[in-house]
Amino acid sequence: MFYREAGQFKTSYAADMAVFPLRQDRVGIAVIIAAALALSFANDFIVQAVLIPFLVFSLAAIGLNILTGYAGLLSLGTGAFMGVGAYACYKLTTAFPGVNILVWILVSGLFSAAVGTLFGLPSLRIKGFYLAVATLAAQFFLQWCFNRVPWLFNYNVSGAIEAPLRTLFGVPIVGPAAQPQTRYLVLLGLVILLTWVASNLVHGRIGRAWMAVRDMDIAAELMGIKLLPTKLLAFAVSSYFCGVAGAAMVFLWYGSAEYTVFDINQSFSVLFMVIIGGLGSLIGSFFGAAFISILPTVLKFGLPALGVPIEAATAEHLTAILVGALIILFLIIEPHGLARLWQIGKQKLRVWPFPY
Amino acid sequence: MTFRTISLLAGAALLAGAAAPALAQDQLYVPMNTYRTGPFAGSGVHVADGMRDYITLLNERDGGIGGVKINYEECETGYDTKKSVECYELQKSKGSIIYSPWSTGATLAAIPRAAADKIPILSMAYGLSASADGNVFPWVFNPPDTYWDGASVFIKHVAEKEGGLDKLKGKKIGLIHLDAPFGKEPIPLLEKLAKEYGFELKLYPIAAQDMQNQGSVWLNIRRDRTDWLYNQGWGTMNPTAVKEAIKAGFPTTKLVGVWWAGSDDDARAGGAQGKGYKALSFNLAGTDFPVIKEIQKHVVDKGLSKAPKEKVGEMLYNRGVYNAMLIAEAIRNAQGISGKKIVTGEDVRAGLEALNITEARLKELGMEGFASTVKVTCEDHNGHHKLFVAEWDGTKWTKGSDWTDPMKDVVRPLLVQDAKEYAEKNTGWPKRAESCAKQS
Repeated sequence: MFYREAGQFKTSYAADMAVFPLRQDRVGIAVIIAAALALSFANDFIVQAVLIPFLVFSLAAIGLNILTGYAGLLSLGTGAFMGVGAYACYKLTTAFPGVNILVWILVSGLFSAAVGTLFGLPSLRIKGFYLAVATLAAQFFLQWCFNRVPWLFNYNVSGAIEAPLRTLFGVPIVGPAAQPQTRYLVLLGLVILLTWVASNLVHGRIGRAWMAVRDMDIAAELMGIKLLPTKLLAFAVSSYFCGVAGAAMVFLWYGSAEYTVFDINQSFSVLFMVIIGGLGSLIGSFFGAAFISILPTVLKFGLPALGVPIEAATAEHLTAILVGALIILFLIIEPHGLARLWQIGKQKLRVWPFPY
Repeated sequence: MTFRTISLLAGAALLAGAAAPALAQDQLYVPMNTYRTGPFAGSGVHVADGMRDYITLLNERDGGIGGVKINYEECETGYDTKKSVECYELQKSKGSIIYSPWSTGATLAAIPRAAADKIPILSMAYGLSASADGNVFPWVFNPPDTYWDGASVFIKHVAEKEGGLDKLKGKKIGLIHLDAPFGKEPIPLLEKLAKEYGFELKLYPIAAQDMQNQGSVWLNIRRDRTDWLYNQGWGTMNPTAVKEAIKAGFPTTKLVGVWWAGSDDDARAGGAQGKGYKALSFNLAGTDFPVIKEIQKHVVDKGLSKAPKEKVGEMLYNRGVYNAMLIAEAIRNAQGISGKKIVTGEDVRAGLEALNITEARLKELGMEGFASTVKVTCEDHNGHHKLFVAEWDGTKWTKGSDWTDPMKDVVRPLLVQDAKEYAEKNTGWPKRAESCAKQS
């Protein structure tokens, strides 16, 4: 009823090619951003245990989605690339404490991008599962480095990296003194900025080149797309996003991290987010992150909080069962992920009440 | 549209739910991180049962601590850092007065927060060893011992069996350890002692993903003809090590585990040949102590325990009881110092700092002979207390040695040095502002 394009005329090519051609979509985005800003007034628990993880994982999922969803290259090294970002940011901010931490969080992604490009080199020769195994090597090698190269954690006695106190305009944004709400707002700014960048990338020439390579690389090559630079660029951009997500994870969320945080399980959980959210869709990355990161938390703490008398361990078991069942259910209903469901829903609304 | 509505509803429900239980202000809210699920549940369940049963005993028999009921709540972490951070936040929002991280990762994540959130951390003989320095870490406590104390007691034990510290010269002593910060912790101390006493230190790291795949490491141990082995392992690494030792023909009597490598199930994995396996401990196993008898009477027999009857009194169960006792004693102290019934995190910090569990107090608690005395001071948040070597007799843990003092004179300066470094590397680390707490 409200969601339709009747009466909205496109008078320029730019309007026709817009990412959000409908006014309702643009209003919706504005409402979501306003709601996200308003949520910064939520209590510490909601912000720290629900919203911040959601944003961090969204960023990581966007990163992997660029590689797997848009360029069609499977990677199991996401956790390690996040780790590169985190350790790079730690080294940078301890070596140059005078530079603002936000700069370092964004710059640390470049280190991750470089490492990602290096491990992306085999992608020209090997594809599919074999490439996944090559990235698995990156995962194990980098994780070994985080554990075994003490220079990376400044020879800390704890063997972990710790977020020192850092401020922005005099307000602490990193370190134990930073309020969760402040960290959330900083992270939200980062995610909005980087999502905008990603959206422009995937909707432009580069994104189309990635998709062409994904759909059929020989055809893409014949059309004049150089495979090596395109694939390596996908690795670089993807690792950049993952690196920033990793730096944000340690500096804006955990506050400290051992190398085990960036293990293979982390890679898998981001991969599941991308698959369940929807390959080749930015909004799908957010859906997937919400599904894998928020849902278990809500189930685990929500049920006892609502007065359902279950033990902590039972809640955990129940959560695992429910999330597993939901994953199967969603994949049966819509193998293309939550993003596709969202799209179908929008399409249905557009023609409602006269479906054809 | 629908998805958004559902998520909004769920969010609203959570908001309402999280705010509600903070109202119960006539009880002491003592939350506990547990891991009854996940890869380490095999150990976590017994520890969690022990802690829960001791607190239940206090509630059932004494009506809580100082007449105030304890609102005990478990939070399931699965030994996962992300879930532990969630638990910390939830517990903080409900007004927790003490934090028990129960994993190294969770402890490291919480240490910088403790001073800001005013919630003391009790990481009983785990976590960051350097946090034993109360001048740098006023909010963190890790009694009764650090991993370095453990390693030094192991060396003392070897010396005793070999006939004196001077007999260590030329011996090969190995450290089989989890290749993670926790496992690597004893290395600097053992290196120092190796130089001092002239033994050769051999390192056998085991990667976390290879915990159950140790064959090649044991080949090396055989080739090196290592005389003694110290096992700084966790989870499935321990029973595997015991099994592999038997397979490789390494005498189990010369394999000594740290206290986390001393669960009944670890030793049981060796079967009949596992007899003689040793592990350090700061609490005894068995049910022959008044406190365990009381738990059986007031908790287990009334059906209030989750533990299977035969597990009550096992090593890790009793360690859980010990940990809960430290918490209860700290709260009792806090009540004494502050004069309040309902204490805050700051009061409990003071209570932990003034912790002094004497022989007389142990007897009152029904723990005579169960554990050694514990004394925490403002500078020393650990105490470096006596340990003993527990020995597996094929069916249960027995006391294999006398209570032994760790080499405090070696351990302490290293710790203080590490603590100083930690504070220097974390710019903005707060100087200790908390006044020194004294027993009232």
